[in-house]
Amino acid sequence: MADITKTGAYICSGCGIGDCVNVEALATVATKEGKVAFAKTHPMLCGAEGVALIKGDIASGAVTAVSIAACSPRVCYDIFDFGESAVLDRIDIREKVAWSQEPGHLETQALAEDYIRMGMVKIKAMELPVPFIPEEPSKTIMVVGGGIAGMTAALNAAKAGYKVELVEKEPALGGFANSLGMRLPDKAPYDAPMENDIGQLVEDVIGDDYINVHLGATINKVSGGPGIFDVSLSNGTDKAFRAGAIVLATGFNPYDVKKLTKLGADLPGVVGSVEFESMLKEGKAPPKRIVFILCAGSRDDEHLPYCSSVCCASSLKQAWLARQANPEASVTVIYRDIRTTGNMEFFYKQVQQDPGIFLTKGETPQVAREGDELSVTAENTLLGGKVKFMADMVVLATGMVPSTLDPSVKVDKPEDQMQDFDRDQVGKASILKLDYRQGPEVPDLKLGFPDSHFICFPYETRRTGIYAAGTVRHPMDASVAKNDAIGAAMKAIQCVEMVPRGEAVHPRARDLSHPEFAMERCTQCKRCTVECPFGAINEDEKTNPIPVKSRCRRCATCMGACPVQIINFKNYSIPMVGAMIKAIDMPDEDEERPRVLAFICENDAMPALEMAGINRLRINPVVRFVPLRCMGSLNLQWIADALSSGWDGIMLLGCKHGDDYQCHNVKGSELATIRASKVQETLDRLMLESERILVDAVQISDWQRLPKMIDGFVEQISEMEPNPYKGF
Amino acid sequence: MTAALEAAEMGRKVTLVEREPYLGGRVIRMAKYFPKLCPPGCGTEINFRRLRANPRVTIMVDSQVASITGARGDFTATIKTRPRYVNEKCTACGDCEKVCPVERSDSYNYGMKNTKAIYLADALAMPFRHSIDMSVCKGADCGECVKVCKYEAIDLAMEEKTTTITASAVVHATGWKPYDASRIENLGYGQIKNVINNVEMERLASVSGPTEGRILRRDNGEPPSVVAMVQCAGSRDENHLPYCSSICCLVSIKHANYVREQYPDSDVYVFYIDLRAPGKYESFYRKAMEDPKIHFIKGKVARIEEDESGRAVVTAEDIIGGGKTRVACDLVVLATGMEPESKSVAPLMAKFNPDGFILEELQGDAGLIACGVASGPFDVTTSTQNSTAAALKAVQAGARR
Ligand SMILES: Cc1cc2nc3c(=O)[nH]c(=O)nc-3n(C[C@H](O)[C@H](O)[C@H](O)COP(=O)(O)OP(=O)(O)OC[C@H]3O[C@@H](n4cnc5c(N)ncnc54)[C@H](O)[C@@H]3O)c2cc1C
Ligand code: SF4
Repeated sequence: MADITKTGAYICSGCGIGDCVNVEALATVATKEGKVAFAKTHPMLCGAEGVALIKGDIASGAVTAVSIAACSPRVCYDIFDFGESAVLDRIDIREKVAWSQEPGHLETQALAEDYIRMGMVKIKAMELPVPFIPEEPSKTIMVVGGGIAGMTAALNAAKAGYKVELVEKEPALGGFANSLGMRLPDKAPYDAPMENDIGQLVEDVIGDDYINVHLGATINKVSGGPGIFDVSLSNGTDKAFRAGAIVLATGFNPYDVKKLTKLGADLPGVVGSVEFESMLKEGKAPPKRIVFILCAGSRDDEHLPYCSSVCCASSLKQAWLARQANPEASVTVIYRDIRTTGNMEFFYKQVQQDPGIFLTKGETPQVAREGDELSVTAENTLLGGKVKFMADMVVLATGMVPSTLDPSVKVDKPEDQMQDFDRDQVGKASILKLDYRQGPEVPDLKLGFPDSHFICFPYETRRTGIYAAGTVRHPMDASVAKNDAIGAAMKAIQCVEMVPRGEAVHPRARDLSHPEFAMERCTQCKRCTVECPFGAINEDEKTNPIPVKSRCRRCATCMGACPVQIINFKNYSIPMVGAMIKAIDMPDEDEERPRVLAFICENDAMPALEMAGINRLRINPVVRFVPLRCMGSLNLQWIADALSSGWDGIMLLGCKHGDDYQCHNVKGSELATIRASKVQETLDRLMLESERILVDAVQISDWQRLPKMIDGFVEQISEMEPNPYKGF
Repeated sequence: MTAALEAAEMGRKVTLVEREPYLGGRVIRMAKYFPKLCPPGCGTEINFRRLRANPRVTIMVDSQVASITGARGDFTATIKTRPRYVNEKCTACGDCEKVCPVERSDSYNYGMKNTKAIYLADALAMPFRHSIDMSVCKGADCGECVKVCKYEAIDLAMEEKTTTITASAVVHATGWKPYDASRIENLGYGQIKNVINNVEMERLASVSGPTEGRILRRDNGEPPSVVAMVQCAGSRDENHLPYCSSICCLVSIKHANYVREQYPDSDVYVFYIDLRAPGKYESFYRKAMEDPKIHFIKGKVARIEEDESGRAVVTAEDIIGGGKTRVACDLVVLATGMEPESKSVAPLMAKFNPDGFILEELQGDAGLIACGVASGPFDVTTSTQNSTAAALKAVQAGARR
């Protein structure tokens, strides 16, 4: 706890704050009620003089904790940076008061004073975090998968000076690329297939003394976490090593062509593109009339709902090579759309030049055997209407399935004992065998690819320190996979550098705080181990939680989950927020001045609120906002505290959840919503209406809508009787 | 930002040089991302947050690299910083804006909105400080803003600054600009008011944009009932951009969503050659196809003309349905492609392909790296991914091994 007698409050009157509220009165609240050593006001705290004032007080030893009531912590962060010399807290009375409230109004002053009260109890409850550093962290990177992506990741990590353990299940490196004859062009002018140079890559990897290759290897177990992944594997002999981070580059499996009976896969002469590729590679002359059917099993709800991205280009390549091998051949390509994005367009143009290749759009293709010929009919073609093509061979361009899937895998547990993450393992290949309470593999999205924030932060899987790369992550071609692998290697390197510094990785990068468990009060309820979105907490045989701290992303979902409140951070805790809730000056029941408490996600909803202020929109003055690291850290104790201390209404403003979730911690806002739905019992016990609690998803761009939404809720609350627990 | 942050979080020092007065590039000016239809400000704010927490990144806005000399492992760069006329003391309180007597056309909003000569680009702007457009400012004769500023933040006599730094690697992440659609004569851009391009559409759909997020006809401000998207406007065309810009198909599906969300009775036509929604994006396309009022028509647009009521009449072939179609539209959005901003980096040793992209194979192992749209027409997720890769390539240039 920060020493309150060594805490200074610094209150800025600039940027209109002084015109809006009485700052001297705020100073009095800080000293009289907050009992801090002193409170100083200044017309421009962020100026040289203001900063010198604070630094002087720290240097002289007058303060060890600094509470600055001024602008939002999103600005002047570099100016008010005192490193580890003092505990720091920022109280935003600019965006949230001066820029969004009526100047001089009674409620405006009350609001600012409450923020000071909340700030004073908050800083009192804060301490400087002490970084957690695991013992004997390793900077070695384990790469799983020795295909193009895996080898590229390994080589690039090695080039930057990191040791690599490369694990490949087959007896040779190379992956799927070994079965290719020629490869797609990845260099200008992109007009013809190129020599398959996978051999060179394999040689480079084998020749690099920073890379230790394990062929024919199966992982038996991965325990520990970032910095301290202890890996055991066998390939004839048993081996063990420690790695700091993992790149998962296990690639894809071609979609099983046999499943495409509706496209004639069971007919003689109908082959999948993998088989056709090996024909070309082996130099077998292709027959005279060949029809390619693209999207065979892709973009198809019965098979793969997504587009496999590379089959357009690779079929064009095969068509082109078939014509090279047999200039007599005439090739027809039936496509739905030709998806040769970017520079692959140049290759497409080249193929279009070939008079022996006919490309047509065509829908619902049908394949039939007519004597010793094959026929393919398609609708809505460029030739107008339905057309029939005769062929000697039909090639079905099959798509990609991530190697993390294995439909044959069942989970050996009775249905009633299955948790969500057990169900998640059904149909999943066994690759990493993580010794994680939440299951042995990386959680995936509904299509089977590893879960991640796939727009902005594509590498973040839900297992810290494990980064997926290449086609296991998303269907992609080899040149994209190479770059993807280099990026994943970068993330792995970052992880092995940050963990020994005690720093959190993305998204709370460089945060030094971490959860501490007061185990003596634990009831072994398993909530934290089940709810952690990142599987950071293991369990012993008595179901005691065992946090593996380097796996932690510091979102505090565990803190929110714990029904007995034993999980807290040095600078973010249940008592801290609890004290803030109880700190305000609650008006009496008969004053008709309701009070609404808003728990607000600091990542999106909070900036949205501030932008409302920046745009000078009025924010309802009866609401007090308490920023949360993530909605997932919401502990129901706070709701109980709020209701029993007389708050009339409570809002939970977090991110969108569901398939297109926006929560930075994947599950936070969803869990908060579930928890909030369970407070009905508390409400009933206190004989309060359930409408007093509102849960809403707020996006960062919602700043215009947000104040209106808040007004609506306050109005609804004002129509109810005041909370009868005021004054207790 | 991604390349800078990935290298900095690993532990390297980075100088981030940005030409505009704010970070965030093109995406911070967009309303939503495909396919989640989530606000770009969300991911950008996380990156801002990472930057705030990381003193290893030195941010230089209003700046451009004037020259680079040296080689891999040992470059020296000269950076010129344009005078912003507003210094670090600015708190963005906005008092100056109230007194400034002149307006300017706001390039952030592609000229569809005005700001004062002293302005803040966006409420999310990082750094959160004003700047002055000297091309319209009346200078010291006026000085109203100087008088009203309580923080001595305005300096109308500020001069260009030159900084020299050393670096072991150079990452080009200079991005793109929308292809100038007025060069495609038959599409009427610049002549017909209700023909706009796709970046303008993003601003129309943004709450901070000229119409506070409402999509409206450009001539009379009325809500549109028929809107068309014209694909490959300049892309996949030897006379313009020969490559496929990769993103415009998805962008137009996104724009169809914007329109349909605001106007449940509206009809949207998408004229395309191939509808390119690779990978997981397929489901985004599928969802749009399920909407009976979004009409996908395979066929190239022949021309766009204005009728008496100001509507833009699109004439296109209809390859599947046969024949020609004519659709009178209240608003036509040209799906203009992304053209690399290569000219601005020309003196910096980088080598370009004929289209202006900086390609890895042209650079060799020279410690010169390109990522994002500077290196090819990519979407955000691919840009993020190859910028992370670029960070490692840059780190390697400084590694002792
Ligand atoms: C209308 C439209 C909508 C789109 N919507 C989406 C979408 O929803 N989802 C998606 O994934 N993708 C979308 N895209 C693609 C997306 O915009 C790009 O992937 C993204 O902008 C690439 O980022 P970048 O950093 O490479 O380039 P930019 O965003 O262009 O950033 C480059 C930065 O470099 C600066 N700069 C340029 N030259 C210099 C110089 N010489 N010195 C210093 N600084 C310089 C620029 O000012 C800019 O800030 C869309 C594209 C368009 C045309
Ligand atoms: S993405 Fe679509 S609109 Fe853009 S150039 Fe490629 S095919 Fe044309």
